[in-house]
Formats: sequence, structure tokens, C-alpha cells
Amino acid sequence: MDRVEILKTYKIYIGGAFPRTESGRYYTPVNGTKQLGNICLSSRKDFRNSVVAARKACGKWAGKSAANRSQIMYRIAEILEGRKTQFIAELELQGNSKAKAEKEVLASIDRFIYYAGWCDKFSQVFSSVNPVASSHFNFTSPEPMGVISVCAPEGSGLLGLVNAIAPVLAGGNTCVVLASESMPLCAITFAEVLNASDVPGGTVNILTGKRSELLEHMASHMDVNGFSYSGTDKEEIKKVKECAVENLKRVSVFDGNNLLSADNHSPYFIDEFVEMKTTWHPIEKIAGAGSGY
Amino acid sequence: MGKSPTLEFDSKWDLSPAPESTDHINLKKRYDLFIGGKWVKPESNKYFKTINPATEKVLAEVAEGNEKDIDKAVKAARRAYKEVWSKMAPGERGKYIYRIARLIQERAREFAVIESMDGGKAIRESRDVDIPLAAGHFFYYAGWTDKLQYAFPNRKAEPLGVAGQIIPWNFPLLMAAWKIAPALATGNTVVIKSAETTPLTLLKLAEVIEASGLPPGVVNIVSGAGATGAAIVNHPDIDKIAFTGSTGVGKIIQRAVVGTHKKTTLELGGKAANIIFEDAPLDQAVEGIINGIYFNQGHVCCAGSRLFIQESVNDIVLRKLKDRMKSLIVGDPLDKNTDIGAINSKEQLGTINKYIKVGNDEGATMYQNSCPLPKKGFWCRPTLFTDVSQSSRIVQEEIFGPVLAVQTFRTADEVIAKANNSPYGLSAGVWTDKGSKIFNLTSQMKAGIVWANTYNKFDPTSPFGGYKESGFGREGGLHGLKPYLKF
Repeated sequence: MDRVEILKTYKIYIGGAFPRTESGRYYTPVNGTKQLGNICLSSRKDFRNSVVAARKACGKWAGKSAANRSQIMYRIAEILEGRKTQFIAELELQGNSKAKAEKEVLASIDRFIYYAGWCDKFSQVFSSVNPVASSHFNFTSPEPMGVISVCAPEGSGLLGLVNAIAPVLAGGNTCVVLASESMPLCAITFAEVLNASDVPGGTVNILTGKRSELLEHMASHMDVNGFSYSGTDKEEIKKVKECAVENLKRVSVFDGNNLLSADNHSPYFIDEFVEMKTTWHPIEKIAGAGSGY
Repeated sequence: MGKSPTLEFDSKWDLSPAPESTDHINLKKRYDLFIGGKWVKPESNKYFKTINPATEKVLAEVAEGNEKDIDKAVKAARRAYKEVWSKMAPGERGKYIYRIARLIQERAREFAVIESMDGGKAIRESRDVDIPLAAGHFFYYAGWTDKLQYAFPNRKAEPLGVAGQIIPWNFPLLMAAWKIAPALATGNTVVIKSAETTPLTLLKLAEVIEASGLPPGVVNIVSGAGATGAAIVNHPDIDKIAFTGSTGVGKIIQRAVVGTHKKTTLELGGKAANIIFEDAPLDQAVEGIINGIYFNQGHVCCAGSRLFIQESVNDIVLRKLKDRMKSLIVGDPLDKNTDIGAINSKEQLGTINKYIKVGNDEGATMYQNSCPLPKKGFWCRPTLFTDVSQSSRIVQEEIFGPVLAVQTFRTADEVIAKANNSPYGLSAGVWTDKGSKIFNLTSQMKAGIVWANTYNKFDPTSPFGGYKESGFGREGGLHGLKPYLKF
């Protein structure tokens, strides 16, 4: 007798745990006529809970040394590498050819490695020591923006997700991610990768569900600092930007196309999710004019 | 032993008047709009008066620009961008900007006096801060024109096109310099609107720009009120909006540009924490508190309007602070001894007085100095409130006047939480003699500018701008180039 296969239950990822949606609802994305599974149809309440978790994790993630963040992101890539076949299988299940799925998974791993390397470098590229005319030491350097809402691209199950999350993480931010509605499987498996790495719980929270239900809420939430939108839907972009005005969230829009291209990775994408802080301190002049304070 | 003697600061220090003369300044009775290198009458044929807030006397009439005027200005700016400015060698562009810097320096005294007359700020500040910094910004950015390729590694920077700029009334010429200099250096052309109550120095800058030989239309200057600003924000052929002003108006602007191609920079309100630890150099800290909140009558978005004193030194800091407040001279902005000039407008005085009433109604304890105030004009004594809580309106809301709210704290973690508990995030101040504590605090403050053991310092090389609802984008320094470029 053939063995009966164990089917996987896909749940969402909030605060380092895998709850079902509090709403108890589900949806069933399909590939052709094949059902992909009963996927959580996350609610606004799930999103709000995720923001609480993400805010709580801000200090834990941003408080790590840049070198440590780099190593943790590298670790994520290591675990991804080890689970290649699972991701490739899932991408195939969601309608990709084997060749395309392989390419996408390898590119996703490489992209994580790329951003892992930037963690302890981008601030050197974007900082400045400013030669002010008065007797002060003055420097400007990037700091994490805070909690970022991430809307992953619809058309790419894994690379799109990784491409949106990695620069946000490299910048020291935490995030709440809405996965591709039609291809959500890799997002939840990726959550398992995150959970196995040393990323503090709550740093990345991943929800599945409908953009039409969650997008406005993700853009208008008052305790979210930035919004990363991947896609080209003009109406959605307009709606996100309108909602973001409420607390002057910073909105970055990526078209989500040509994800495999090297143009789609850059430290300037990290720069989208940092705030520049300028710090002043007097310089004591021992014998000359000007004072210590 | 009898009662210990108290120092009397507010009665024995009568200084002879030392007014700056005004006979050397040139002000026309009426100013038109500066569009396409020419002075043109406003389409509406309407003019409004600008007054000296210290005397309530009319200084001049200025044109009220409307939509049609803005359209003319944008067309002139677009033409200048296409035909001249974008084709000019960057180094040559820089030379014009250098010329503007030099001409401001040459006419610095006139600019300072007019700035004080039109806006009410003490001449000591307009002379030593506003005007030199304005010239400095032009000087600094002039040099960037032919060096942009070094500012953004691995990226090719290009100008956006026409920038629409709207400036506030608190630092009129300086804010114009913060806006115009980087826009020109990055190869854009400009339509800029002056503030309603302080149009004169920007119109005088138009004279400087005229004298500099800058090609017509590269900078267009339009005076007016809110509707004029709205016409800039809504004009379809503008590529960039740079605004400094209130968070309320900033949000209106940001909503208005949604769905357009316009980029925005918003420098908005603030409610900065100024934090005094027990190990701070207290006398210097008191000077920093005074400079933090009473600089420019408190009409400063980055003013240190929330003071946090560590409990153990609360009494001594408050005593020193009150003593120092007694010595502050409120009066004629043109007098070189004046510390605090006139409130910018009757309307703003009304806002400040409303908040002072709110503070008293909420049960806070008010302290003001007792210096005499002039009969005419708009004045407010330096004011502080103690017995306030985090939820007090005078702690939460931006007053934009010389009103300080004082709270105490015990631990660093407590004050960090309190300081960051604000929708604003423009600036902060920290006072302590311990280096590691300084860096703990400066890195924990959610604010774009943090002054440690100093306050309210500005420099052309130093980026300025906020976190959270204090806006986004930076002005000044290398980082001030980016908002005017595309890649």
C-alpha cells in the first residue's frame, strides 16, 4: 500500500509564532484547477497584532550590532540554501516551470547574501562628517526608520518577497509583510526559515490574504513608519500614498518586474528605509577663542 | 542669619538704547512679482501690506500672486530650464550661485535690518545668524554644481526640472537660501513663494538675483498667501515641491501631490525635548535652554520646547533658568541689546496667548519675567510652565512661541521614552558631561537633528530635517542634494 502523504498546513507568522488568523477565515488559491491549500485569510486585527510585535522587536533587531545583523542575514541564506528543493517544489506547485523555479530560488539566496553583506557597510557609504564652520563635531548617519509595511509583488512567490524584505532588514527595520495573494506558499515556508535563524521574533511578520482587504490598513496604520510597495497597479499606489499621509509614512514603490536583474539590488534600496540623523557636539578649544559648550 | 540675598536681574540692568540705524536701507513702496527676470504686476492687480510687527507701521505693499501669475512663473522657469540652465556647463552654473552669495554678503547689513523690521527678530540674530548662514548656503552649494558625480556613487544624478518652493515666515531669507541654493546647484529652476507676513527679504533677494545676471526665469519669486502656495502645489508642470511650514499644511500638500509625478520635501513642525542630566555643566545648559526656546521668539520648528530636568537638579536648574530669564530684554528688534524681539504677527500672538491660557487652565504653574513691553506692536514675555504632564496640550502641541514646558525625570530610560512620545521628530537636545551617556541618548532620540551640549546650531554643511510627522527629506549638506535629483 502506498504511504498516505502528510499535507502541510500553512499558517501565518506573527511575533515569532505561527498562529492561524484570528478571524478563522481561509481562502483557497489555485494553480489551474489544482487547489494549493487552505490559506489564512488574514484580518486587519492580524495586521494590528503584527505591528505590535514588529514595534516590540525594533529594539531587538536595531539594537544588534551591524556585524551581527549581517551574520544573521547570512544565516538565513544558509538555511534557504539547505531547503532549496522544498522552495523549488513549491514554486512548481504554484505554476512555475522547474527551470524557472530553480533560477528564482538561487537568485533569492544570492540576493539575501548580497544584502547581508551591506548591513555593516551601507552606513559608511551614506554617512558624512560635516565640516561645520563653528567649533563643533558634526556627523550625519542613517538610522532604521522603524516598522515597515511590506506589500510583496503578486507575480513572484519567493524572489519578490526576498527582494522586498532584505533591504528593509538590512536597514535595521522590522516589518509586516503581505505575501503574494495567488502564490503564498513560499512566504510561509520562508517564515519557517526565518524562525530557524537567529532573527528575533517579531522582526519579520508574514501574513497571507487579500490586498483589497489589507492594503489601506497597512498604509494608514499610525504606528507604521514606512511602506514598501512592489507592483504597478496605479490605483493601489495612489491609495497607499493617500493613506500614508495620515502619519507621513515614507512610501517606496518598486515595480517588481525584472526581479532577476542586478539592477534590482542596490544599497540605495536600503537608503529608502532609513532616516538620516545629524548629531552635533562642541569641540573644546583649549587656548583659543570659542568655548567648550 | 537673615534671608539670603536674591539677585535682582530685572531692574538694575537698564542699558542705553543701541538701535541699528535704518537710513541705509532701500525699500520700495510697492513690490511686484519677479517673473522671467522682470518685475511684473500681478494679474489680480491686488497688493497687500506688510507691516513691522514691532511698530505696526506699514513697510511696503507687495503683490498678491494668483494662479495665472504662478502659471507665468512656471512657464518662465520651464523655458529657462530647457533653453539655458540645463544646457549650461555645471561649473558656469556654480559661478552664478557664487555671485549671489557674494552679493548677499555685500548687502548683509541691509538684509539684516530689513529682516528684523519685517519679521520682528532681534537684529543680533538676523545679523549674526540668518544673513551669514543664507550667504553660506549659496556659497556651499555653488561648489557642488560640478561635483555631483562624487555625491552618489555608482549613480548618475539628473535634475528634476522645475521646483516649486514655499517658505515660512520665521527665517525668511535663510529658508529661501535653503531652498534655492540646492535646487540651482542640482540644475533645477525655481518658482518660490514668500511667506505672507515676511515677504521683503525674498523680494530683496530678487534684486540680488537680478544684479547677479542669473539668466531670466531661473529663479522666479512670487509673493502671496495660502492660495498662491496652493497654485504652486497644484501646477501640473512643476516636478518638485519643497515646503517648510506646519505639519497640518504639509499633509494637505502631500495629499495634493498623490497621483502626480511630483516629488516632495517637507520640513514641518516639532516639539523637541531638551534633556538636562544632573552631571551636565549646568550654567552652560541653562544658556542652551534659553537659546533652545527663546531664540527667534520661539518661532523655530526645532525649538527645545519640552524641557526635561533630572529630578536631583530640578530646583537649581529652575532657579538658574528663572534668574537668566529675568535678564532677557524684550523689545525693539533693531536694538543690539535686544534678546527677544516682536512676535511675528498679531495672529501668531493670538495663538501663543491661547496656549498660555490653555497651560494655565490645565493647572500648570506659569512663570514669566517682568520686563517692560513696548506699547505698540506684538510682544510676549519669555514664559515657562512647570507642573505639566505628558498629556498636557502645551507639552504635546507645537506653540511656535517663547513658551517652555518643564518636566522632570529620574532615569535615562524614562526620559528617552518621554522624549520620543510625540508624533514629531525634528530635533532634540542632551546635556551631560558623560560621553557614553551622550551617545546613548543621541542614538535613542527619534529625531533628525540632535544637539549634545549645545542647541539651535545650524550650518550649510549640516543636513536638517525630521523623522515621523516632522516631515521628510533633508536640507543642507551633501544629503540636501538628493531631494532635487533623480537617478
